[in-house]
Amino acid sequence: MGTLFVDLDQRDDPWISIEGEQPVPDGVDVIVSLDIFQSQREELLARNDGRIGVYLEPLEPVSAIAGDLDRLSVVALNFPSFADGTSFSKARQLRDAHGFEGEVRGVGDVRIDQIGHMQRCGFNAFVVENDATIAALSKGDNPALHLHYQPAADETKTGPGAKRWARRALD
Amino acid sequence: MTDLKTPVVFTANRLRDGEVVWLGANGRWVETVDASLPATTQAEQTQLAAIAAQSDADNVIVEPYEIDVSLDAGSVTPVRFRERIRASGPTIRLDLGKQAQNTAHAA
Amino acid sequence: MYRYDEFDHEFVESRVAQFRDQVARRVSGELSEDNFKPIRLQNGVYLQLHAYMLRVAVPYGTLNSQQMRMLAHIARKYDRDYGHFTTRQNIQFNWPKLEDIPDILADLASVEMHAIQTSGNCIRNVTADHFAGASADEIADPRPYAEILRQWSTVHPEFLFLPRKFKIAVIGAGVDRAAMQFHDIGLEVKRNAADELGFGVFIGGGLGRTPMVAKQVRDFVAEADLLSYCEAILRVYNLSGRRDNKYKARIKILVHETGIDELKQQIEAEFERIREGVLKLPDEDVRSIEAYFAAPAFEELPNESAKLEAAQAADPGFARWVGRNVSAHKAPGYAIVTVALKGTGEAPGDATSAQMDVLAGLGEAYSFDELRVSHEQNVILPHVRLDDLKAVYDALLAHGMASANAGLITDIIACPGLDYCALATARSIPVAQEISQRFSDLDRQNEIGELKLKISGCINACGHHHAGHIGILGVEKRGEELYQVTLGGSGDETAAIGEIIGRGFASDEITNAVETLVDTYLARRLSDDETFLEAYRRMGPAPFKEALYPPAPATEAA
Repeated sequence: MGTLFVDLDQRDDPWISIEGEQPVPDGVDVIVSLDIFQSQREELLARNDGRIGVYLEPLEPVSAIAGDLDRLSVVALNFPSFADGTSFSKARQLRDAHGFEGEVRGVGDVRIDQIGHMQRCGFNAFVVENDATIAALSKGDNPALHLHYQPAADETKTGPGAKRWARRALD
Repeated sequence: MTDLKTPVVFTANRLRDGEVVWLGANGRWVETVDASLPATTQAEQTQLAAIAAQSDADNVIVEPYEIDVSLDAGSVTPVRFRERIRASGPTIRLDLGKQAQNTAHAA
Repeated sequence: MYRYDEFDHEFVESRVAQFRDQVARRVSGELSEDNFKPIRLQNGVYLQLHAYMLRVAVPYGTLNSQQMRMLAHIARKYDRDYGHFTTRQNIQFNWPKLEDIPDILADLASVEMHAIQTSGNCIRNVTADHFAGASADEIADPRPYAEILRQWSTVHPEFLFLPRKFKIAVIGAGVDRAAMQFHDIGLEVKRNAADELGFGVFIGGGLGRTPMVAKQVRDFVAEADLLSYCEAILRVYNLSGRRDNKYKARIKILVHETGIDELKQQIEAEFERIREGVLKLPDEDVRSIEAYFAAPAFEELPNESAKLEAAQAADPGFARWVGRNVSAHKAPGYAIVTVALKGTGEAPGDATSAQMDVLAGLGEAYSFDELRVSHEQNVILPHVRLDDLKAVYDALLAHGMASANAGLITDIIACPGLDYCALATARSIPVAQEISQRFSDLDRQNEIGELKLKISGCINACGHHHAGHIGILGVEKRGEELYQVTLGGSGDETAAIGEIIGRGFASDEITNAVETLVDTYLARRLSDDETFLEAYRRMGPAPFKEALYPPAPATEAA
């Protein structure tokens, strides 16, 4: 389900998503739901034959995994609908408050006109289901504006003559 | 063939300019409610709904929906007040909307 | 006033180009309505009852004459020769074609205007006191802060898909002319004990179906922390605001359900984390924005004008207009003029292109090229010499804009209502028109004194009916329009929500009901100086209820 883009390049997805009652297989990279992570936390963190990621629904807070972020390689944040923007703030919490350096992937209703905003909030990977978005990303189209007024998770990109509070990244 | 309790027509806005339109004969979208094609049976309603959905998918119109109408001597009158305003124009600006065009034709 | 720098120009122009491409993709069918709708909304384009509608931002209500002329041009060229000034200091055009909108936005960009974030679940146009930079009672001009907030919030990537829309207002005086406490964030510029500038911060105000007066979350936030504090509020809201029910999604519900103390803790914790970060405002940056709003070069004038006094003595109509529509200015010899777009029987807030051109000319000739839009749907000339008031009045009179009713019962706020709006359940404008005709006698209006009457055509309350001394809410009941009356609301610094007085009135009864309320007030006020609101607060609803709903005869009461 869905096509993975990492840094806007299409990739095969090495990660297996595990939900519900499904047992966690050995020897593969898995992204598990928060429920599974919490109920099997010790076994999962003790695993040494496969990397671990956690998938969070909008109402599942980043604080639930904050203590284990240094052991996680991926945090997948769901957009149940493009209109639910909770995960924008969660990406910023991961990057800014917790300094998470692994992959932050957007999954669910990810659309081309939001990709640029997601990147600015700290997402670097997307699992896309929307056909128009897959087509656009495959062609290398990203209609995001290259100008912006405010610092976000990408605050290191500073344009010339910028106000500190109004970063004007010119990519 | 089941008759509807109240006849219905389909209405929408034209994509390019936003003009209020109603679904008329031959799958055409018309600019006056009088020229619309009412459905009086469930079968007709289903057919018109399919045409409206297709026009939506074809990007001719946006946000189609059906409205109740009453039929009298060839004229089609929406039942709800909101839809009557939509069919004629702002009640406080008789020089605007469909009602203005009607006056212009009559003049 | 603020002028775009190169960055602003490039930003707005690229946004126009982006939207032009999106409209082309929509018309060609490449973009479905489902994908296009959120995009068009973020560019101020709605689909209304009759047509598309374009809402153009007037940042903190400030315009120059060239911009006002451009609004007139757009009304003439692309619309039906008029526009509607709104309760959020914006202007709406009611009949644009989708295909023309990229051209309209390009025309707007040429005069440093746009329609960005005038719709959608994002941070909307930041509003401010319409007397900013002019009023005698001002502590500091709120507009530099509103401009800083405008820049920070423009296409803020994190806050474009909030649970619901988000409105910010800034005032710079103890008197609140911007209904600040009915905003998601209300900011009151103030000085602390050390005489430093900062803000009192209020959150969770709003109207709509669950009206609430904002709660103070901070007595004082330092100027340098403005953006950090606002970003902390927005982040907490975006993470915790409800998304399961659009009617419970505003921050006011989060404040109500979580409690202000708990929410304040979350906001303060986030603020502490980010306050020393990149959002901290360097003093030189604030001062450089402030410089754009520096007072114009006022002449040194005496505080009185013999010319004005002579004109008032010669022309009672003019004298009356001066009494109602002219307010005290901070510079001696100057005054603030309120142009009430509330002529008898007219649609509140509507102006024709010709009227907009006249206003632009007056701004240029008599007000240092500045105009304002007020949330009460009037236009303000903020800096007029006392000597020039008569010339301004004469020009307004010649173009039907000299109504001497500012703050009186016919200075009505009304939303577009069912005549234009796809969400409305009843008409607002005809009610406003009938009331304005019934009370058209200015002697009677002046006898009644200050009375804020506000009308909404549905529960979303764009006409601020909850904040009206008399509020009217139009609903649909069994296919008919029905008007509910609320009393005792207020949008000023004594903000209050009006209380429903009883059963509603049919469209042919509502004006009589208003007249009954007014007559009850006149018969029972303690003096000419006791306003309707003061009298209501003293007496409560009982006498008004009795007058509106006389007790039924005993035989029927059984």
